Amino acid sequence: MKKLNSYENLKKLVGSHYMQAKTAHFFNQKIGWVSSGAPVEVLRPFDIVTVYPENHASICGAAKQGSELCEAAEAEGFSRDLCSYFRCDRGSTLLGTSPIGGLPRPDFLYGCNNICGTILKWYEIASRHFDVPFLFVDTPFVHTTMTDHAVEYVAAQLEEIVPYLESLTGREFDEQKFTETLELSKTCVELWKKTLQFGAHKPSPLTCFDAFTQMAAIVSLRGTQEAVTHYKTLNEELESRIQKGIAAVDNEKIRLLWDNIPVWYAMRGLSELFENHQACLVADTYTNAWASAALDTGNPMESLARNYLEIYLNISMDLMLERIIALIHQFDVDGMVMHSNRSCKPYSLGQYDLARCIKEETGIPVVIIEADMVDSRTYAEEQARTRIEAFLESLG
Amino acid sequence: MWCGIDIGAATAKLVLLENTVVAGIIIPSGFDTVKTAEELVEHGLEKAGILRKDIQCIVATGYGRRMVPMADRTVTEITCHARGAHYLDNEVRTIIDIGGQDSKGISLDATGKVTDFVMNDKCAAGTGRFLEVMARALEVELGELGTLSLKCEEKVAISSTCTVFAESEVISYKNQGKKKEDIIAGVHEAIASRIYAMVHQIPIQEKIMVTGGVALNRGMVRALERKMEKEVEIPGDPQIVGALGAALLGRESQSIKKGSFS
Ligand code: SF4
Repeated sequence: MKKLNSYENLKKLVGSHYMQAKTAHFFNQKIGWVSSGAPVEVLRPFDIVTVYPENHASICGAAKQGSELCEAAEAEGFSRDLCSYFRCDRGSTLLGTSPIGGLPRPDFLYGCNNICGTILKWYEIASRHFDVPFLFVDTPFVHTTMTDHAVEYVAAQLEEIVPYLESLTGREFDEQKFTETLELSKTCVELWKKTLQFGAHKPSPLTCFDAFTQMAAIVSLRGTQEAVTHYKTLNEELESRIQKGIAAVDNEKIRLLWDNIPVWYAMRGLSELFENHQACLVADTYTNAWASAALDTGNPMESLARNYLEIYLNISMDLMLERIIALIHQFDVDGMVMHSNRSCKPYSLGQYDLARCIKEETGIPVVIIEADMVDSRTYAEEQARTRIEAFLESLG
Repeated sequence: MWCGIDIGAATAKLVLLENTVVAGIIIPSGFDTVKTAEELVEHGLEKAGILRKDIQCIVATGYGRRMVPMADRTVTEITCHARGAHYLDNEVRTIIDIGGQDSKGISLDATGKVTDFVMNDKCAAGTGRFLEVMARALEVELGELGTLSLKCEEKVAISSTCTVFAESEVISYKNQGKKKEDIIAGVHEAIASRIYAMVHQIPIQEKIMVTGGVALNRGMVRALERKMEKEVEIPGDPQIVGALGAALLGRESQSIKKGSFS
C-alpha cells in the first residue's frame, strides 16, 4: 500500500487530539464522551473537549489489543455477543489501559441512537460507572421518508441540551461560535466528500483502507479548523497523485466497493491481498456515512436534526440499497465485498438480502466475509482469504 | 506434463496431466505440508515414470496451497473445482464439494467460469469431519457408512446442527438401542439438510456434480438427492477434481509468466 504523506499529518492530528483530551482537566476544560453519530456541533461553542470511544476502540483494534480488552469486559459478565466497540471500551475502562493509556475520565456522556441501540446501554453503563450524566438524543428510525415530526422532535431535544451545557460549563451559549462551528463542519464534510470522490477516478489515487485511516478526523474533529486544514492538504495530495498518474494500486484492474466497518486488526493483510490481485477498493459505505451534510446556519437545529436522522445506520434497507446502488454507479465498480461484522448488528443484519438485491438490480457480484471489527477471535484469516481470492479470480 | 496439487484439510491430492490424466494420487495430509507436497510429487513421478524436469508447471490449490514451495502459482480450490468439473462434463452448472473440513457450492456458466459460490468454512457441521465424528461414536469405519445407511429401516431424526451436540444425540440413540443403520441414515440426512440450506443461496441448476471425499459415500449422496429432489453426478474419482482443475489451469496459462497469475 502506498502510504499517503497525509498519513503522518493525521497521526499528529489524532495524537494531539488525545493529548489535549488527557490534559483537559488540568486546563479546566470539560470532557464529553461522544458517540460517532451524535450532533457534536452543539458542544463546540462551549469549548468542550470531545473524545469518541468508538474511535478509541478502533485504535485498540488496529493495535491488536481488541480481544484482550474484550475479554476483560467478558470477565465482568458481558456477553461475547455484544458489540466489540463496547466491550473494548469497557475493558479499557476496567483495566485502565489501551494504546493511548485509556480515555480520560468524562464529565458527561453524549450519545445518539441513530447508529444503534447498543450505544444507549453502553453509555448508561459508563454513566453509572463514572457517576456522570448522560445526554441522550433520540432519533426515530427513517423507514421510508423523514417526517417533519421527527425533525421537530430531534431539533427540540437539541434545544433542550443547550441550557444544560451552559450550567455544566458555566458559559453562555455563543451564537456566533455556533455559526462558525456549523460552517466549519459543513466545509469539513464537503472536503471529505471530495476526498472520497477521488476514488471515482480511474485509476483511483486512494483505497478505502486510506479512507478508513483518514476518517479519524471527520469523526473526531468535525467542526474544527484543524480538520478542515487537514482535509485540504489531503485533497491537494490526491489531486497531485491524479495529475502525476499515481494509482493507489499499480495496474488497477478490478474496482470494488466495501461494505461495513473495517476489520481494524487485519487492514494490512487485507489491503495487500487485494493489491496483489490488482484490485482496488475504491469506495465504501462506511466512510461515505460522514459525507453528507446540508447544514443551514440560518436554521441550525433543524438542519442538524435532518442530517443526523438520515445517517446510514438509521435508514431502512430499501434506502440503504438505494445508496449502495448509487455508489456502485458513481464509482463504477466491478464487485462488492461485504464484511459481515459479528459486532455491528444494525450494519450486518440484512446483508444477505442486500447482496441478493444488488446482484439482481445491478448484476455485480458480491462476496461476504465473516469477521469482527475489533475482536480478532471471530476472524479466520485463511478462510477469508480463500473467499476473497476465489472472488477475485472469478472477476479477473 | 502439467501438475496440480490440492492440499486439503484431510487429504492431499495430485494430478499429472498430459493429453489426459496420467496419474492421480491421494495421500493423507500430513502435519508438515511441505513434506506432504514433496511426497505427492515423488509418488506422481514414479507412477507416471517421468522426471521432475518433465513437469512444465505446478499449480497448487486447497487449504494448504500457499505452503507448497515447488508451486509456480496458487489458485483457490473454488476456481480449480470449477475448472476440473467443467473438463469432466461441460454440462455441469452446480458443484457441491464436501471436503474434510469445509463444504461449498459453486455455480458455473457454460464456459466453466465461476459465477457465484458459497462456503461453510467455519463449522464442522455439513463436512466430512461431522461424518468422522459420528463414525467414531458408532464404532464403524468411515468407508462403511454409505453401505450401512442403505440398509436403514426406520431413520432417526438428528435435530442438532452442531457437531458436538449431534454426537451426544447419536450416543443417546445408541444407548436407546436404535439400530446403527438407522442412526447413520439420520446422520446423513442431517448433513444433507445442512448442505442444502447452504447451497440454496446460489442457484442450484442441473447438472449438479458432487465432489470431495464424501461423494464416495453413496448413502450420503442419496440423502442429498432426496433433499434437493434432483439427481446428481459423481465423477469417477471425486477427490481429485480440484487437483485436476489446478493442472488444467496450469496448462492453459502456459503463456503467462511464472508467478504472475492473478
Ligand atoms: S453496534 Fe455498530 S453502530 Fe453500535 S456501537 Fe457497535 S459498531 Fe457502532
